[in-house]
Amino acid sequence: MDFLKDPLKLAADWLIGLMTGWGMPEGVATGVAAFLGIFVLIAILMVIDIFLVWLERKVVARFQDRIGPNRLGPFGLIQPFADIIKLLIKEDITPANADKVVYNLAPMLSMMSVLILWAIIPLAPNILGVGVDLNVAALYIIAAGAIGTLSIIMGGWSSNNKFALLGAFRQVAVMVSFEIPMVASLLIPTVLAGSMGMNAIIEKQNIWFFILSPLGALIFLIAAIAELGRAPFDMGEAESELISGYNVEYSGMKFGMFYAGELLHAFTFGGFWGILFFGGYRFFGLEDVSPFLSIPILLFKAVIGYWIIMWVKYTMMRIRIDHMLAFNWKFLTPLSFALLVVTALVHVLFKDAAPWVYGLSMFLSNLILGWIVVEFLRRYSRAEREKVEGPAKPAIEAAGH
Amino acid sequence: MIPLSWYLIFAAGLFSLGLFGVLARRNAVAILLGVELMLNAVNINLAAFWRYGNITNMAGQVFAIIVFAVAAAEVAVGLALVISVYRRHNTVTADEIDMLKW
Amino acid sequence: MTTAQIIFLVVAAVTLGSAFMVVTTRNLIHAALWLVATLFGVAVMYALLDAGFLAVVQVVVYIGAIAILFIFAVMLTRKEMRDQGPQLNSGWWMSALLAVLTFGALVSMLWGWKDMEKVAMDMPVGFDSVSALGDALISPNAFVLPFEVASVLLLAALVGAVYVAFNPRHGDSRK
Repeated sequence: MDFLKDPLKLAADWLIGLMTGWGMPEGVATGVAAFLGIFVLIAILMVIDIFLVWLERKVVARFQDRIGPNRLGPFGLIQPFADIIKLLIKEDITPANADKVVYNLAPMLSMMSVLILWAIIPLAPNILGVGVDLNVAALYIIAAGAIGTLSIIMGGWSSNNKFALLGAFRQVAVMVSFEIPMVASLLIPTVLAGSMGMNAIIEKQNIWFFILSPLGALIFLIAAIAELGRAPFDMGEAESELISGYNVEYSGMKFGMFYAGELLHAFTFGGFWGILFFGGYRFFGLEDVSPFLSIPILLFKAVIGYWIIMWVKYTMMRIRIDHMLAFNWKFLTPLSFALLVVTALVHVLFKDAAPWVYGLSMFLSNLILGWIVVEFLRRYSRAEREKVEGPAKPAIEAAGH
Repeated sequence: MIPLSWYLIFAAGLFSLGLFGVLARRNAVAILLGVELMLNAVNINLAAFWRYGNITNMAGQVFAIIVFAVAAAEVAVGLALVISVYRRHNTVTADEIDMLKW
Repeated sequence: MTTAQIIFLVVAAVTLGSAFMVVTTRNLIHAALWLVATLFGVAVMYALLDAGFLAVVQVVVYIGAIAILFIFAVMLTRKEMRDQGPQLNSGWWMSALLAVLTFGALVSMLWGWKDMEKVAMDMPVGFDSVSALGDALISPNAFVLPFEVASVLLLAALVGAVYVAFNPRHGDSRK
C-alpha cells in the first residue's frame, strides 16, 4: 500500500536507511539520496528525449504526407539510436578563433536550462520528482528561460560566425520581448489559484483553468512557442535565411545537445501548459489512486501539448522579425496585461459567489475581451489595407465575401 | 548557522570590487558593470538585515525589490547613453568623452 | 562547520573571484559573462538567506535582462570588442588603494558592533515570506507609494532609453 501511495519517498527512506546502516551521517546520506534522485530523473528524461526525436520525425512526416522513419525496428523505433550513434562518431569541430570555453559551455547551459525546469514539475499529489514545492515556481520558469537566452547568445557569439551572431541576436530579441506576455499569462493561474506554487495551482483546478481563462492559455502557448524558438517564431534558426542560426558552427554531440534540448524544452512546455491550464496530474480522481496513474496522466497531457506545438510548427510559415516584434509589443503584451487586469477584477468581484457563477463570469469576461480584440484587429487591418489599396469598393467587398 | 558578519563582510568585499571597477575601468560599459556589483552588494546587506532582524517586517526585501527596479532603469538609460555616445563620437572610453556638450 | 557554512564559503569565494574577473578582464564580453557568474552567486546567497523570491527575481531581472543588455551593448559598440589594449586607466593603483581602504574601513567599522555575530532565528512556522512581501508591497500602510514611484521610474527610464538610443539617421522606414 505504501509503495503504491508514495514510491519515491519509500525508495528514498530505504536508501537513506541503507546508507546510515553503513555508518554514513544522516545529512550526507540524505544528500546522496537526493543526488541519486536527480540523476535518475535526468536519466529518465534523456530516455524520453530519445523517443521525442522519433515522435517528432514521425509527426512531421505525417503532417507533410510522408511516412517518416520506418526502416529500423518496429515503426522505426530504433532510428533515434542510430541518430545518436551518427552524432557521436561525427567529427567534433571547434572553429578557428572561437572562444573555446564559452563555445563549449553554451550547449551545456542550453540543456541545463531545460532540465532544471523539471525540478518544479509535480508528478503526483505530494510528490514533486526530486525538487521542492517552490512558492515562486511560476517565476522560476522565467528564470530558467533566462539561462536559455544566455546560452543562445553565448553560442552565437563564441562561434565567431556572422550567421551565428545574427541568429543569436534575433533569437534573443524575440525571447526577451516574449518574456513579458509569458510573465503576464503565468500570473493568470497565479491569480486564480492564489499561489505561485505548482502543487497549489493544480489542487485548485476543480474546473480547468483553460475553461476559466481560455485567452490566458492561448497567450501562454504563443509566448511559449516564441520562447522555444520554434516555427513560426524560429528567428534564431531560420534555416532558409541564416543556414541554422546560432548553432551553425556546432557539430556532433554539441549540436545534438542543442537539438535534444529544444525537443525536451517543447515537451516540457507542453507539460507546463497541461499543469497550468489543464489540471496537471488530475483526471477525475484517478490521481488519488496511485502515483503510477498520475504520472502517465501528466505525461499524456504533456504529449498533447507537445503535439499542438508541433502542429503549429509544421503548418505555419515563419513570420518576419519586425512583424513578430510588432505583434508582441503592440498586440500580445497589451492584451495580456488587459487580460490580467480583467481576471483580477472578476476574481475579486465573484470569488465569494457560487462556483458556477464564478466560472461563468470568468469565461464570459475572457470571451468578451477576445471579441473586442478580434473586432479591433479587423478594423485595424481594414484601415491598413485601405492605406495600401485605397478605399475598398463596397460592391467588390460584398461580392468577395 | 552562518553569523551575520559573514554576509556583511562578503557584501563589503563585493562593494569594494565594484568601486574599483567604477574608478579604474576605461570603458563606459565596464564602469556600468562595476555599478551593478555595488548595487548587488547593497542588496545582499538588505536581505541579510531582513533575515537577521525582525523577520515579519518586510522592509528589507521591499527595498531590495526597489533596488532591482532602479538597477534595471539605470542600466537601460546608461547603456542607451553609451550607445548614443558611441554613435556620435565613435568611442566608449570614458576619458575621451569630455566635451560636456555636443 | 555546518553544511550551510561550507556552502556559504564556497559560493562567496566563487562570487568574489568572478567579481574580481569582472573588473579586471580585458575582453568585455568575458567581463559580462563573469558578471553573470557573480549574479548567480548572489542569487545563491539570497537562497541561503531564505529569500526565495529575491533569488528568482535576481535571475530573471539581472541575468535575463540586465546581463543580456550588457552583452548587447558590448557588441553594438563593437570597435572595443576585440580591443586588447589597457582596460584600466593610468591611475588604477589609486582606485585599488581606495577600494582596499573602503573595504578596511567598512570591516573595521563593523568589527565592534554588538550584533555582528548574531545568528538568524528560525523561520516562524507557517510564515510565507512571498505573500508577506506581496502584502507589504501593496498595503497602503506599508510600501505602496514607493512601489508606485518605482513603477513610474521604470516607465520614465523606458521612454528615456528609447529616446536616447533612437537613431534619427535611420528614422522610421515607413516615412
